[in-house]
Amino acid sequence: MLNEPYKLEAINLDVYYGQVKAIRNATLQFLPNKVHALIGPSGCGKSTFLRIFNRMNDLIKAARIAGRVLLDGQDVYAKNMDVTELRRKVGMVFQKSNPFPKTIYENVAYGLRINGSMANKAELDARVEQSLKDAALWDEVKAVLHKNALELSGGQQQRLCIARALAIKPEILLMDEPASALDPISTGKIEELIYELKQRYTIVIVTHNMQQAARISDFTGFFLLGELVEYGKTAEIFTQPQDKRTEGYITGRFG
Amino acid sequence: MSTKYGKLARHIGEFVIEKMIFLSGLITIAMVGLIFLFLLKESSSLFDTVTLAEFLGGTHWYPISDPPQFGVVALLTGSAWVTLGAMVIAMPLGIACAVYIAEVAPPFVREYLKLTVELLAAIPSVVFGFVGIVTIVPLVRSIFGLPTGLTGMAGSMVLAFMAMPTLVSIAEDSIRAVPSTYKEASLALGATEWQTLMRVIVPAASPGIAAAVMLALGRVIGETMAVMMVTGNAAVIPSGLLQPMRTLTATIAAEMGETVHHSDHYFALFAIGALLFLITFVINCLSNLFVTNVKKS
Amino acid sequence: MKFKTKLSRLSPNTVQKIAFAGLLAATSLVLLPVLLLMAVLIGKGVTALSWTFLTDIPRDGMRSGGIYPVIVGTCWLVGGTIAIALPLGVAAAIYLTEYARRNFLTWTIKLAIVNLAGVPSIVYGLFGLGLFVMLLRCGVSMLSGSLTLAILVLPIIITSSQEALASVPQSYREASLALGATRWQTIWHCVLPNALPGIMTGAILAIGRAAGETAPILFTAAAFYLPHLPNSVFDPVMALPYHLYVIATQIPNIGQDIRYATALVLVAMVLGMSFFAIIIRWHYRKKRC
Repeated sequence: MLNEPYKLEAINLDVYYGQVKAIRNATLQFLPNKVHALIGPSGCGKSTFLRIFNRMNDLIKAARIAGRVLLDGQDVYAKNMDVTELRRKVGMVFQKSNPFPKTIYENVAYGLRINGSMANKAELDARVEQSLKDAALWDEVKAVLHKNALELSGGQQQRLCIARALAIKPEILLMDEPASALDPISTGKIEELIYELKQRYTIVIVTHNMQQAARISDFTGFFLLGELVEYGKTAEIFTQPQDKRTEGYITGRFG
Repeated sequence: MSTKYGKLARHIGEFVIEKMIFLSGLITIAMVGLIFLFLLKESSSLFDTVTLAEFLGGTHWYPISDPPQFGVVALLTGSAWVTLGAMVIAMPLGIACAVYIAEVAPPFVREYLKLTVELLAAIPSVVFGFVGIVTIVPLVRSIFGLPTGLTGMAGSMVLAFMAMPTLVSIAEDSIRAVPSTYKEASLALGATEWQTLMRVIVPAASPGIAAAVMLALGRVIGETMAVMMVTGNAAVIPSGLLQPMRTLTATIAAEMGETVHHSDHYFALFAIGALLFLITFVINCLSNLFVTNVKKS
Repeated sequence: MKFKTKLSRLSPNTVQKIAFAGLLAATSLVLLPVLLLMAVLIGKGVTALSWTFLTDIPRDGMRSGGIYPVIVGTCWLVGGTIAIALPLGVAAAIYLTEYARRNFLTWTIKLAIVNLAGVPSIVYGLFGLGLFVMLLRCGVSMLSGSLTLAILVLPIIITSSQEALASVPQSYREASLALGATRWQTIWHCVLPNALPGIMTGAILAIGRAAGETAPILFTAAAFYLPHLPNSVFDPVMALPYHLYVIATQIPNIGQDIRYATALVLVAMVLGMSFFAIIIRWHYRKKRC
């Protein structure tokens, strides 16, 4: 696509659940500091696909893959790959916000504490504050840092989850329909946030909302029934799709 | 460098912890296996001097006479009588109680009733025995005009109460687990709640109720202290519930303290233990079968 | 026949009324005696209950004095039991919910737990006698008793911990793993803290059960009469349930009030534990909603 080195790429990727082939022969690349949207009707394998990149699919015993996934040119599924190290580099935000039932502060500090990377409290405080600022949540919660995170509103909870993911300084952010359960105002905030975050991260976002993909992404991939139908610059996908099926989906004939 | 060492330590630590967790899972099975092996090993020594047929078919339990006799028929019959009596009392009452709590009682009463059942479950066996001695034993004596109230009947009555928590709570759970659509369908056809209960809900919950009965049965057969305290402990073959009798469990509890370790008597008591283990094992497997059947359907 | 025709002539609503009254009668017959029992124990036991009774050693062949060493012995026995059973049981539960795959081994472990729960308590006593007292040469001692009771309460702890662990939402585990936590870190920092109330409830129920059991300690730990506290874990120990058995059946001419008071102390200890567990459960259930 471009001559820049790819941050993350999938090459001839197949994903199986037991005997069922969930993803067929997908090849695509993600670039640094760009937002990549994966769109398609629900149940077409987008979320499955996303979880390939930080190996969250390892949790599903029946799942297995064929093909290659490369992070900075290194095979993510290599034998010597440290999965926890990988997941620290490839952060993830889930469809349904899932803060721990701990305080706001402890939620953000969780990833730092388990790594033991923060030597002192001041350093930890600073990182928590920075992460909450990066997630555009700081002003709303700075007075209530030690309140239970479950008392926040849905939109705030989701931004907290983003802050939690940012705190461990990932290089890539995978977002699985991060705004699907939110009201329009919260969705707007998350979208603004994604625009800000792409200055520093490689972002891959799964969404079934085409307008959202068009608004925030630089590249778009269209999935249908486990097949990557088309992948390219967002402007091109939405104005002059190459494939009839993409055109059908975008113009609202199905999905 | 230091982070690399830290990481290595973490990996090793994690490996050790995971293996230890796995080990404790294995210990649990090992325990069941060990219990059975132990009972078998200790009781097998008995069969050097006594045949299995003499043990299971012998009608005389005279462990300290010369020569000793180790026939468990009297004890088996005692256990059977007491258990049968307890189940005859416990089953109708317990199931009725479960139905009432699950379907009839108003919600605020239900919570208190369930709490009382839990209370019943928590009372130690020896307290049941003590209260049995001071209340049920004299009651049985005066009602039936007997020389002593320490009889199988007293044991059955005490055991019936002790079986209640298991019976009621599991039966109640399975009645509550019947989908409410069944109930609605029946009520919509103009059936009364009682008709719905008897013809739809209870039949639908019957595998769970059967499991509850089996588990209660296991509890009753294995119960020791309360039974020993109220049944009179005569090791003769009883012909009815109104006689003193002795169960398998009470025999072990009463005699083990006075045996010479590794004597035939000692081994004979282990053989009774093995017999008890087998009986309860079969009952447990059966009730487990009922429970899995419920889950499948 | 006549009865049946008469019954069928009754309207369904009347039948229902009669039937429900019958159910209520059955329920009362089952549950009222429990309340009666409690009332009698409290009514008759309280009169003999005094500070001396709780803090003095038994005197005159246990016909007077107090039950101090008995109470303390029970506490030690039960403390030892929990110290052994809790780590083992929680670890087994973690294995089953967090690590185990669906295979033959897991199936065997689950079957073992179900059956362990159904083994009669006197059989645990035999096992403890054979393994701990005789083979491992721990003698009739607190250690043997605690080990035996630990196996007895293991199924309670494992099943309640399993339920507690399984009720922690999967999304917590995913969030933690996605942040680069290892499996064990996820369990330790995220799953266990959330399962703690459930595990605690199970542990407390186990304490209550262990405190009330007699048959397993009959020949593994219990001392008939020991006017002082044990010096080490290798000493036998007096325990409340066994003591109640002894004074209720083995010692003639003992004041009824001492028997009632001992029973009351035992029941208070055991029920106190159960109520504590119930309160914890209610508290967290309310919080979760």
